[in-house]
Amino acid sequence: MDRTLIATVADRPGVLNRVASLFRRRAFNIESLTVGHTERSGISRMTIVVDSRRTDAVKVAQNLRKLVDVLDVEDITERPSVLHDLALIKIRIRDLAARSEVLRIAESFQARLVDMCSRTAVIEIAGSEGKIDTMVEALRGHGILEMVRTGRVAMVRGVLERGTDPVSLFDAQNGGPEEGGSKWQR
Amino acid sequence: MRKTGAEIVWEMLRREGVEVVFGIPGGGIMHTYHPRRDYGIHHVLVRHEQSAAHAADGYARASGRVGVAIATSGPGATNLVTGIATAMMDSSPIVCITGQVGTPVLGTDAFQEADITGITLPITKHNFLVTEIDELAGTIRDAFEIARSGRPGPVLIDLPSDVQMAEAEFIAPVGPTTYAPRPAPTLDSNALDRATRLIDRAHRPVILAGRGVLLSRTGDELAAFAEKTDTPVAVTLLGKGAFSPSHRLFLGMMGMHGHPTANYAIQEADLLIALGMRFDDRVTGNPSAYAVQARKIHVDIDEAEIDKVIATDVALHGDLRSALAMIGSRVRTASHDAWIERIEEWRGNAARHDALHRVPAADLPAPHIIDEIYAATEGDAVIVTDVGQNQMWAAQYYATKSARAFLSSGGLGAMGFGLPAAIGAQIARPDDEVWAIVGDGGFQMSLHELATLVQERLPVRIALINNRCLGMVRQWQTMFYDRRYEATDLWNPDFVRLAGAYGIEAYRATDLDGARAGIAEARSVRGPVLIEFEVARDGELSDVYPMVPRGAALDEMIHRTPVAAAPVAGRLPWTGR
Repeated sequence: MDRTLIATVADRPGVLNRVASLFRRRAFNIESLTVGHTERSGISRMTIVVDSRRTDAVKVAQNLRKLVDVLDVEDITERPSVLHDLALIKIRIRDLAARSEVLRIAESFQARLVDMCSRTAVIEIAGSEGKIDTMVEALRGHGILEMVRTGRVAMVRGVLERGTDPVSLFDAQNGGPEEGGSKWQR
Repeated sequence: MRKTGAEIVWEMLRREGVEVVFGIPGGGIMHTYHPRRDYGIHHVLVRHEQSAAHAADGYARASGRVGVAIATSGPGATNLVTGIATAMMDSSPIVCITGQVGTPVLGTDAFQEADITGITLPITKHNFLVTEIDELAGTIRDAFEIARSGRPGPVLIDLPSDVQMAEAEFIAPVGPTTYAPRPAPTLDSNALDRATRLIDRAHRPVILAGRGVLLSRTGDELAAFAEKTDTPVAVTLLGKGAFSPSHRLFLGMMGMHGHPTANYAIQEADLLIALGMRFDDRVTGNPSAYAVQARKIHVDIDEAEIDKVIATDVALHGDLRSALAMIGSRVRTASHDAWIERIEEWRGNAARHDALHRVPAADLPAPHIIDEIYAATEGDAVIVTDVGQNQMWAAQYYATKSARAFLSSGGLGAMGFGLPAAIGAQIARPDDEVWAIVGDGGFQMSLHELATLVQERLPVRIALINNRCLGMVRQWQTMFYDRRYEATDLWNPDFVRLAGAYGIEAYRATDLDGARAGIAEARSVRGPVLIEFEVARDGELSDVYPMVPRGAALDEMIHRTPVAAAPVAGRLPWTGR
């Protein structure tokens, strides 16, 4: 059973290395890890997926909280959330018939065509991992030349609260979110 | 006021209350060394950087303050690694400052470049590479705060040479540190209620006291709690000093070479109250056979320790002092006479196996040596051990009466720790009698620090227990490896003459009378002194007993052959009584 953790981290040099090093050292198995900027400068967000049959998500969260650069960790598995993956898929286009078939499949999954050449097409799809898996299966017969997936990103639905306490504390020490975030940011 | 990076380092160290640092200069850090004497901070020049980290660690453990080590880039920095890992495992607050090649050549494999922040990532609580001089003052302040807050640990600051040389307007950092320690979590009142209920219902409770009791300075509260609930207390190796060894509720040290009374009590307990300890495998023996009848309450400041090895019934994540105060005020006063009686029975049995009840013939058993040192110092010395048999004998036979008086590399088990850590301890506590109890194997991993002892005129007493082998490994070879003594016999120098070459007074003892005389002589000398105790390599008094074999349960201890007669009256071994 997958569990989804969201870690709010200070955007300092080496923070991803610290998280990755922790997972390696404690022998945690990670299904996916994504990292990116947030609405506030100086703060990044990681979405971490663990398979709870192999790795205890509670242990992962406890150990992450010990890292100085980690501001907050939340397990959102039990909360109503948007869980999205994004994929880019390059397909071989053999002829006109194949091309219209590929376009039809893309349309039915609400995927977008983002590149089209004489012999290839690139399709972008965002959505649940299951939806993407299904589309990949549908396209497989056409010959998938390349594929890249981002791994899961997640957001809890419908809550109005802004930031948890550790993040506010971080803001307070770094001149508040409006003033451009951390002095550590480069 | 404008200051160079080097000056900012010393200015900030002074503001943190640092009085002494341990280190060795080199090309990558000499800019920082240059202005030192203007800031009135003493520098102890060690002979190997590993000793700088161990000495800073010893200083921290003996004083309760943050220890500081300084090393140059490259090999200087990598030599710190064992000392840093030792501090990490035993939650010791140290700050290490390393030189680094200049920022323009970082990452080019420049002369004496090593990626020390990368290397120490998993063995520091946190580390920094400072690339802007404007960040330096704040970073140093943060480093000290991180090192001493929460569960303490080592922090490393890597300082490129151009940052050391750069000049900037010095502005003393004010307000909260950038890295504020996470506020101590509020204790879950529901968990407190459940803990209280378990304690009130227990018939055979045992308290397990670890280093967390010392770090949170909760010894008095622990004693009050134990007395109110009539609960016996076992200590971990690093928890020695958390509870008075002469108290009627003291069980002794637990674990692989722990006191039988402690181990049997743990295995028969119906409740364990674990305070600031982490169920190390040397403490639990086989974890699936560990205290199976007992409910477990675990209090720790580090939530990642809870349920890591032993599943708990009630977890209290937070500050031990407030947890003990809150539970202590809720629980009922109790007495467990039947349980205490059972414990007294174990205690009597254990005494029959004890080495001290053997009168040594011609040879000189190590337990007797430690006991003689205990008697001579009346248990008031600061004991620093190396690792191996010497460590276990010291832990067993030198009862520790107060906090920060027994220093040992527990988690990492780093041989070579004893002498440099004793240097740090003696500097932290100049008026106390410091004894380094070391074996001939570990001593030779850091004996170059004899020179530091002399240069600093430190009156450390070295008790060298020489069995001419790597004793603990050899003991395992005897017990579990068919007596094939693979690579454990040592050719040794003449240690008395060696000490003499350093200008250190030294004595050799080969029997109990000689040991007594040597100890008395050593205590009368002002300055460093070494006593070499020649002990037997083989025989029942040469191995550490009792012992829980690897993979066995705590109550499957192996004992020394008991003496037939009841023990003679006198001091009760292990307790100082």
